[in-house]
Amino acid sequence: MSVILLMLPIALILGGLGVAAFVWATRRGQFDDVDTPAMRAIFDDDPPIKR
Amino acid sequence: MTIKEDLPRSPRRTLASARPQVRCAHCGLVVPAGLVEDGAPEQYCCSGCRTAAGVVRACGLDAYYRLRESTDAKPRPVKLAGRAFAEFDDQTFTRLYTRDTGAGLREVDLCLEGVHCAACVWLLEKLPTVVPGVVECRVDVRRGMAKVRWEAGAVPLSKIARAMDTLGYTPHPARDGATRALRRREDRRALIRIAIAGAVAGNVMLLAFALYGGVFGGIDAMWSGVFRWLSMGLGLISLLGPGMVFFRGAVSSLRTRTPHLDLPIAIALGMGTISGVINTITSSGEIYFDSMTALVFLLLVGRCFQQRQQRWAADALELLFSLTPGSARRVVSDGGGERVEEILCESLGIGDIVEVRPGESAPVDGCVVSGHSQIDRSLLTGESRPVSVEVGDRVPAGAVNLSGVLRLSVEAAGAATRVGKLMKLVSDAAARRAPLVARADRLGSIFAVVVLAIAGATLAGWLVVDASRAVGNAVAVLIVACPCALALATPMAVTVSIGRAASRGILVRGGDALERLTTPGVIFLDKTGTLTTGVMTVAEISGEELPLVLAGALERSSTHPIAAAIVRHAERLTDGGGLPTAIDARVTIGGGIVGHVRGQAVVVGSPAFVGGVLNGEGGEIVPEHRRAGERMAADGLTPVVVAVNGRSATVIGLGDELRDGAEAAVERLRSDGWRVRLLSGDHAGPVRRIAERLGIAPGDWTAGASPEDKLERIRTAMRESGSERGGRSVVMIGDGVNDAAALAAASVGIAVHGGAEAALAAADAYIARPGLGPVVELLDGSRRTVRVIGRCLAASITYNCLGVGLAVVGLIHPIVAAALMPLSSVTVLTLAYRSGAFDRS
Repeated sequence: MSVILLMLPIALILGGLGVAAFVWATRRGQFDDVDTPAMRAIFDDDPPIKR
Repeated sequence: MTIKEDLPRSPRRTLASARPQVRCAHCGLVVPAGLVEDGAPEQYCCSGCRTAAGVVRACGLDAYYRLRESTDAKPRPVKLAGRAFAEFDDQTFTRLYTRDTGAGLREVDLCLEGVHCAACVWLLEKLPTVVPGVVECRVDVRRGMAKVRWEAGAVPLSKIARAMDTLGYTPHPARDGATRALRRREDRRALIRIAIAGAVAGNVMLLAFALYGGVFGGIDAMWSGVFRWLSMGLGLISLLGPGMVFFRGAVSSLRTRTPHLDLPIAIALGMGTISGVINTITSSGEIYFDSMTALVFLLLVGRCFQQRQQRWAADALELLFSLTPGSARRVVSDGGGERVEEILCESLGIGDIVEVRPGESAPVDGCVVSGHSQIDRSLLTGESRPVSVEVGDRVPAGAVNLSGVLRLSVEAAGAATRVGKLMKLVSDAAARRAPLVARADRLGSIFAVVVLAIAGATLAGWLVVDASRAVGNAVAVLIVACPCALALATPMAVTVSIGRAASRGILVRGGDALERLTTPGVIFLDKTGTLTTGVMTVAEISGEELPLVLAGALERSSTHPIAAAIVRHAERLTDGGGLPTAIDARVTIGGGIVGHVRGQAVVVGSPAFVGGVLNGEGGEIVPEHRRAGERMAADGLTPVVVAVNGRSATVIGLGDELRDGAEAAVERLRSDGWRVRLLSGDHAGPVRRIAERLGIAPGDWTAGASPEDKLERIRTAMRESGSERGGRSVVMIGDGVNDAAALAAASVGIAVHGGAEAALAAADAYIARPGLGPVVELLDGSRRTVRVIGRCLAASITYNCLGVGLAVVGLIHPIVAAALMPLSSVTVLTLAYRSGAFDRS
């Protein structure tokens, strides 16, 4: 049962990493527009010219 | 009067019915008969569609049409500005609106007109194919904006703008960069708060399950301690982080003495936290961190919904491309000759000469220095009749130039124009309107007091019976009484209603507008565009109908609204059979048009003009027609005489006609308890005609009202009805700039289809479909919504009573509390979702 004392911190750290990733993505503006990417899913074309 | 025999006697019985309807190859709408080209492989309904389709095919982007079919979007014809967009290359523009992103690339945010479906997004994001030099174009469909990155040296921005315009998406620079950035930051912060609250709530709930198991099966004191301390730690993260929103709200509610739902929420969370910390440290008593963190999460989500609702109007403001154009054509004399340059309006100075071509809007308030024409001032006055102007006359910014090229000397530009000042009136009126305290907030305060009283009574009661449980039970009362469902009830019901209304073309800004629409008071209706179609039509005909076909043929060459009305009527008479061709048509501005059709001399114009032309040739206007013309003018219509071969044949009266169903809608409004009044900027004649048709008494209609007059009337009506203090509502329905201030000041301002952008920004609701029918729908939907809110509130209070009851008698436990909360929330959500408001029937 004492394995719980190891698992709890690991679980919390993993959860924390998830939240951190979400915060990072939000700060970079990935959630600013959630409607247009849904439309882009049905386009089947070449990606834009990369530079 | 003789008419050649080859004209069919009864135009309706032609073989035109054999011709099938032709659809535009680009937008899918029906092509008007006059524009059908026999034998052409593709037909288009307008030059805009033709140009756009040309570009689409030339770049091999035909997949656009397939994509559009699959997204089921409604067809719309292409509207172009047809400008050169030279000001996009201006240094000021570059500095203000574009950014350098390195490696020779620049980036710009543009607001686009006409973006409404996935196919538009696809087409625009293919911009690099259409304009070499563009690196990327990313579209935000909800806000109608595009972020364009391009090689600054390879292609000028004006060329990119022209390409977008040609495809049908006229670009405008995105102003208000600072407001947008602020709102974006707030949105992001709200999302992060929800994320933290959600993560914590989930973890605390898992820990709580372990503790629940311990209740039934027994648990080691050590593990119980570990889980409790962890719950407290995590709980504090949520309550002191994202949860502070509620404490701040409660403090400001107390400070300003306005009731707010945050008050009982903060009491519950605060007492719960304190008692939870104490109990964890002393290892005794129950902790409720699981319920509280879940509460924080749910309530934050509910608020997020509420705030997103308010966004449509703010986003519509982004698209507030000026009612007056952002650029102008300045005439500069240098050396011996003249040069016309396109510049930003910001760069104009008083006294500059600006050129306005027919079909364009005046960009400034100015005085005519050369040219003569007729202008349409309906943007400001609501008057649909064109006004003649010549040298020395004033032209306001926003007026549409109808017939001839005008040169204006700038008297006021930008915010100093009449239109600019009106906009200031609008924003002032909107800011001054006191917010209506929502019913839920008022309930919340009563709730807080009642709960505190019950908790106090519980404490006192248990101190007598069994002092050890007194504090625990009192705190449990406070926690369980947290109005989670109460806080969710209104936002959920309102969100569902507003979402459904939006899919029916009725865009509502917020729940308070819906609430206000349920107390019938006074409705002020604007005439032009709201009750009437806003477009000139042939209202009365005195004489024969056939000459109108000839008149239509002649008027085809003019852009005047009167000409357009005659052409439409003539086309309807020939049933799509096409109008004959006119030869040597000559237009006299302000008078009429002369020419030959099928070998006959035709004159069409005002009675004065036609009379003059006929008398000069020895003909005349028949007295019967002259009397008819005078009668029509007195009635508020514009009389137009059609003369064939020297004698008047027909007199028609043109006016702005009532929309279909307007009379029925007004009757319905009356029977619902609203007092209907008419408020128009147009002349008394037309207004009286419409008022009489609708049964509106002379005391209830006003003509010739300036925007300031309208505002004053609304204010008076609101004072009389006590609207500020929650009495009967005063509703204003309008569509033009001249209604905007009144719309902002009224209890509920409703902007109607086809309205100016300023009206949209000032209003609480916008109806995208024409006619008054949707207004009746809006009123019905509001009533249903308020009823649903009532039902949700009742359900949530029932659950609260149940929980408090259990707490008072000491039967409560974290498990019970944890179960009650989702139960009540789900009940409220189900009730809200199954509301019948704005349903398709």
